[in-house]
Amino acid sequence: MKKLGLQSRTLAMLVVIIPLLALFIYVGLRSGPLAPVAVTVVSVESQPVTPALFGIGTVEARYTYKIGPTIAGRVKHLEVQVGELVKAGQVLGEMDPVDLDDRVRSQESAFRRAQAALRESIARQAYAKSQAHRYEKLFAVRSTSEETVTTKRQELQIAEAALSAAREDVARAQSDREGLVVQRNNLRLIAPADGVVAVRDADPGTTVVAGQAVVELIDPKSLWINVRFDQINASGLAEGLSAHITLRSRSDQVLQGKVFRVEPIADAVTEELLAKVVFDAVPQHLPPVGELAEVTVDLSPLPAAPVIPNAAIQREGGNVGVWQILDGDLRFSPVKLGASDLDGHVQIREGLKDGDKVVSYSEKALTLHSRIHVVDIIPGVSP
Amino acid sequence: MISLAGRDIMHAWGKFVFTGVGLGLLIGVTLSMAGIYRGMVDDAKVLLDNSRADLWVVQKDTLGPYAEPSSLYEDTWRSIRGMQGVATVANVTYLTMQVRKEARDVRAMIVGIAPGKATTPGWPPYLVAGRQITRSHYEAVADIATGFNLGDHLTIRRNHYKVVGLTRRMVSSGGDPMVFIPLKDAQEAQFLKDNDAIWQSRRRTEANPAFNRPGSPGLLDAVITSQSSNPYVNAALVRIETGYSAEDVAESIRRWKRLTVYTRSQMEQILVGKLIATSAKQIGMFLVILSIVSAAIVAFIIYTLTLGKIREIAVLKLIGTRNRTIAAMIVQQAIALGVIGFVVGKITATLFMAPIFPKYVLLEPLDSVRGFAIVILICVLSSAIAIRAALKVDPAEAIGG
Repeated sequence: MKKLGLQSRTLAMLVVIIPLLALFIYVGLRSGPLAPVAVTVVSVESQPVTPALFGIGTVEARYTYKIGPTIAGRVKHLEVQVGELVKAGQVLGEMDPVDLDDRVRSQESAFRRAQAALRESIARQAYAKSQAHRYEKLFAVRSTSEETVTTKRQELQIAEAALSAAREDVARAQSDREGLVVQRNNLRLIAPADGVVAVRDADPGTTVVAGQAVVELIDPKSLWINVRFDQINASGLAEGLSAHITLRSRSDQVLQGKVFRVEPIADAVTEELLAKVVFDAVPQHLPPVGELAEVTVDLSPLPAAPVIPNAAIQREGGNVGVWQILDGDLRFSPVKLGASDLDGHVQIREGLKDGDKVVSYSEKALTLHSRIHVVDIIPGVSP
Repeated sequence: MISLAGRDIMHAWGKFVFTGVGLGLLIGVTLSMAGIYRGMVDDAKVLLDNSRADLWVVQKDTLGPYAEPSSLYEDTWRSIRGMQGVATVANVTYLTMQVRKEARDVRAMIVGIAPGKATTPGWPPYLVAGRQITRSHYEAVADIATGFNLGDHLTIRRNHYKVVGLTRRMVSSGGDPMVFIPLKDAQEAQFLKDNDAIWQSRRRTEANPAFNRPGSPGLLDAVITSQSSNPYVNAALVRIETGYSAEDVAESIRRWKRLTVYTRSQMEQILVGKLIATSAKQIGMFLVILSIVSAAIVAFIIYTLTLGKIREIAVLKLIGTRNRTIAAMIVQQAIALGVIGFVVGKITATLFMAPIFPKYVLLEPLDSVRGFAIVILICVLSSAIAIRAALKVDPAEAIGG
């Protein structure tokens, strides 16, 4: 009886002690630095890759017209408001002419006066001409002195000179008047092309300097995106490539476009290349100038080649490579990388072939001596 | 020969095991405390490992970029790239801030990584899910400790970032998880003020007659633009070519570029010796106090256990058992208690405390071995008092009252 009691007690003791020891051994080997590193493995597969470039830019108008006076003055009236559509030749507003209208009227009078003077000169010249003619005849029959004839001839010449002076005077007065009228018209602010009023910088009564814009027009059909690409990631950027544009305010909508031009001058400070991307069809509802846009430019697809995820790329010593699994052992294989796409696929030019197994994700940095434990998903990552 | 200690333990094994488990929890806390200290040092080391740099180039006469703020012009890397022995240079920025995801926010260190390939210094060296950043803006790789998942949209300042990859054990020296974003975005995040502040700053500039002159209409715009750019980074990470010594390359950058350069060992000294020195001392202090308390408790438990069977010991003495046998019994029991305590402590520290503790707890095997030796030593030493009490007992007590 007593023996049995002891035995059952020993048994109970073992039931407690053995799992505890087992747990202890498990804990010692399976956690902490001695534990094998959980890794996931992918096999290298040949597949085509469509590289793409990603940049951000702002919406800009290709044609912006800054309309303002050519001389300093005060804005008299301004008909248009921001957002209005205007036609080429439409009068948008006018500068205050100050005394220009009066001067035009004065020039008008001067012109008429010159015309009157011209009429007087014509009359004088006609009279001088007939007088000269009459005295020529009288002199031919010797009924007047040569002196008188000479006087009449001279009077005719003077009258003719006075006539041509009067003619020139008329022309001058006319040109003066026309010049003033042109100047007067120049005070009108006229749209040079069809467009939308983007900015109204001054209101009536404001004094502006010569050349300062009063109104800015943009041509809505000429909206484009000034995109910046990191120089390091911009190989292959060229004219004519198709692009997908996502405006910041319409992030669920992808607009189509294409690269219109790659700027010959890059930004040396920000280390970016600049390009202009135009919309295939300008959106109905115009994006505001200055809005941020994300642009993805598709490059031409490349033929199939062995592809790995970019998470697999590692650096060991001075070499770029991947951790390859050969017969269950870990080996670092240097590779030469080729093109990559925005989804993280990288083509391998050298170093791997189809079907090779490489480590894609690992729980910690791997070394040659790492013990590994292949899993489907790294612990802690929600599927 | 029957083992006295074994028989005695068997006699009241439940009590014994429970005492061991209780002791184990205490040892578990002590082991965890050591683990927390190791974790802190490890945080500092992985920060350096993960940046995969040989040299850190920082603002002159600063301890940057981790221990002190440092800023360099963003184009400084170009002149460093031209130095002999330099294989790669990459700009990097660090900024600790709250990262928002919907209503929740997480304290994280935002690392701005230079454009390039996954092997560029500063990039996360390994991932646990997703992919590395491929777009030059608005993508992020987050440490799994942030609690973010693939496809989540984070808000940093006014921009939204999509989480495209997850990594693990990428922490700042303070243990905050890292979020990697493209450098240009990070520069903006570091500098960008809120919109109200921008409007106010614009209004201030506008009100300044020096900048807002009627005669030069474009001046104001130019000034405002120049106010809102950030041509700085916190440090440049340099990897040196094989065959060059880090110290030589560092010295030539120090001499010719007049910048401060730290090598890996110097950086480690700064992080471990300066940045986490106070908190490490604090943890060390706790560790010492806990060890002393544990030792006292172990001694007390063994003493009480011995006193509990003082009558039996008296009987043993009465029947002529040698003192050595009694002492051996007490020591064996103490060691058994220590072993159970250690096993339970190790298990609780590893399975329960380390995973739920908010900071990283690194339980090194060597620490465990040391801990085991210390526990056994403490048990043996503390059994001395109990042995003394047991040997002093009068055999007559066995029959007496």
